[in-house]
Amino acid sequence: MWIAIGSLTVMGIVLGGLLGAAARFLAVEENPLEEELKAMLPGSQCGQCGYVGCAQAAAALAKGEAPVTLCPPGGKAVIEALAKKLGVTADLSEHEEKVPEYAFIKEDLCIGCTRCIRECSTDAILGANKLMHTIIIDACHGCGKCVIVCPTDAIVMVPVKVTLGNWHWPKPEVRHIHPNPDVVHAH
Amino acid sequence: MKLYPVRGGIHPEYRKEQTSEKAIVVLPMPAALYIPLQQHIGAPAEVLVTRGELVKKGQMIARSQGAVSAPQHAPTSGRIVSVTEVPAPHPSGLPQTTIILEPDGKDEWADLPEPIADPFAAQPQLIHERVAQAGIVGMGGAAFPSAVKLNLGTQKKLDTLLLNGAECEPYLTCDDRVMREFAGEIIDGARIMAHALGTSRVVIGIEQNKPQAIEIMTKAASAFSGVEVIGIPVQYPMGSERHLVQAITGIETPARKLTADLGIVVHNVATARAVHHAIRFGRPLVSRVVTVSGGAIREPNNVLTPIGTRIADLVEFCGGFAARPESIVNGGPMMGQPLASMDAPVVKGTSGILALTAEEINDRPASACIRCGSCVTICPCGLSPVEMSSFIRKDNLEGAAKLGVMDCFSCGSCSYVCPSHIPLVHYFNYAKGMLRDMENEKRKNERVKTLAEVRVIRIEKATEAKRAALAARKQTPSNAEEKTNA
Repeated sequence: MWIAIGSLTVMGIVLGGLLGAAARFLAVEENPLEEELKAMLPGSQCGQCGYVGCAQAAAALAKGEAPVTLCPPGGKAVIEALAKKLGVTADLSEHEEKVPEYAFIKEDLCIGCTRCIRECSTDAILGANKLMHTIIIDACHGCGKCVIVCPTDAIVMVPVKVTLGNWHWPKPEVRHIHPNPDVVHAH
Repeated sequence: MKLYPVRGGIHPEYRKEQTSEKAIVVLPMPAALYIPLQQHIGAPAEVLVTRGELVKKGQMIARSQGAVSAPQHAPTSGRIVSVTEVPAPHPSGLPQTTIILEPDGKDEWADLPEPIADPFAAQPQLIHERVAQAGIVGMGGAAFPSAVKLNLGTQKKLDTLLLNGAECEPYLTCDDRVMREFAGEIIDGARIMAHALGTSRVVIGIEQNKPQAIEIMTKAASAFSGVEVIGIPVQYPMGSERHLVQAITGIETPARKLTADLGIVVHNVATARAVHHAIRFGRPLVSRVVTVSGGAIREPNNVLTPIGTRIADLVEFCGGFAARPESIVNGGPMMGQPLASMDAPVVKGTSGILALTAEEINDRPASACIRCGSCVTICPCGLSPVEMSSFIRKDNLEGAAKLGVMDCFSCGSCSYVCPSHIPLVHYFNYAKGMLRDMENEKRKNERVKTLAEVRVIRIEKATEAKRAALAARKQTPSNAEEKTNA
């Protein structure tokens, strides 16, 4: 029995030591949090947060250098997911919830310069040199980068239409959940 | 036949006596018909006619597109006035593309497809095609294309066609009247459907508060073996597909599964009658029986209405309003939806139009939940409405989803019993819509992500190719030099 206890103890110490050494010398430098945060971001590399792409934004978030409200296209859903992951409370007072939008090209103003096509990170714009461009609505995620580069102001952002297909009941407004608040405090 | 108990449910005042003894009357052809391209679940139909075109009754004026869709037919002969946007029979009142038809008063039939002489010898495929061509959709209210449901026999092993004659919604009597007046047609349609599905057994479930319908249907069914009429307990929501199946078989349909997975397909009784018309006479679905009732209607009635009749015209035929209606409801009072506009048309899924007075609606402000647990006791889906609604009130939709809000089918029993008048089912309708939106957004985000990734790869490849081309060009002149030197 003593041999068994002794050998297991020795094995435990040796293997534990090996694992400890491995954890120190072979550590992966990348922060796993970054990967998780990156997965939460829209991933369209639109650059509206001020970072080059979503990976850089995730890195900044992980280091606590950027606020969770940095991502305009992500909206409230992304803010809340990030805040939950990072364990911070999101300040939504500054945040204006945008209705979902898509870009629309006014065809009579488009001169076919292809600048917007080069800017679009999701290939949502179709067109060629000196030919009118148009937007594939299904591929447009409403980042608005094309609006900025258009030299003739031919691109505008329009809200996604409410149709019979996507309409749903609004949240019920409960008028009197506390019919008489004074009573609650009276003792 | 042994029946099995169904969980929960309520016993509202049925108020069917206003119309249950009134025989079906035919609505005189209105001045104009408004036929929406989408009256069913699935893709809208595609217009086949243009302005000014003359059409005959039963002529296809919009064809189905996609796997789940249904065509639309002219309910009478006349002239197409226009194809335009008209308010839909929907709580939002949003417009939808609609064909406006001006009847010419002749009501002349178009050349219809040949009736199938012996449908029981015909290939099931032929029956599916005819039903699809006739534009038949579920007439109980959900309006799912019937041909798609008749096709389930090819994918799943089925043993029973269950015909739903429960009509558990208060006020509505259209199915009751159809069963009493056209029992033979329903039974014939049901047998044809059973043949198409490949099932040997037809069960017709009728709530016991319709004794005349049970009697007449039993008599009509007695001539055929394998057709059985069952009186089922009066309990709302017995007319729900899943609960009806549970009452008959004792098996609960799992969440996100179909009753067809249990070997049972459920169709409405009026749908069976429409199938009879399509197969025996080649006639498409161009009219339906609608119950017009409620305290505010002067002469409540069951009206055979051409599809596309304006609700205002239908109400006028029933004597207009006797009192100020607080709400006009499309469907029954439990699951029906308020209508935003009386200009909306009657569609294939319209079972009733109710004009309810303030007294009938009994709308009162909500007060605090007293945690009585009534909603939990009566929920026929075994959910916990009180908990789900508290989550939703605090915008915790994920929490509500975990409790199964997506399995709620909005029967409204919880709102009905709540002593505090909390709009429970309204919370769930909101949450279901929001969760669906979120799901769609997630899918879109994933697509956008892939698009962005593909673009990065493409650009990298292009620069790589450019660099290679440049290098090759640098190489070529030196080669040429070498050649000249040599």
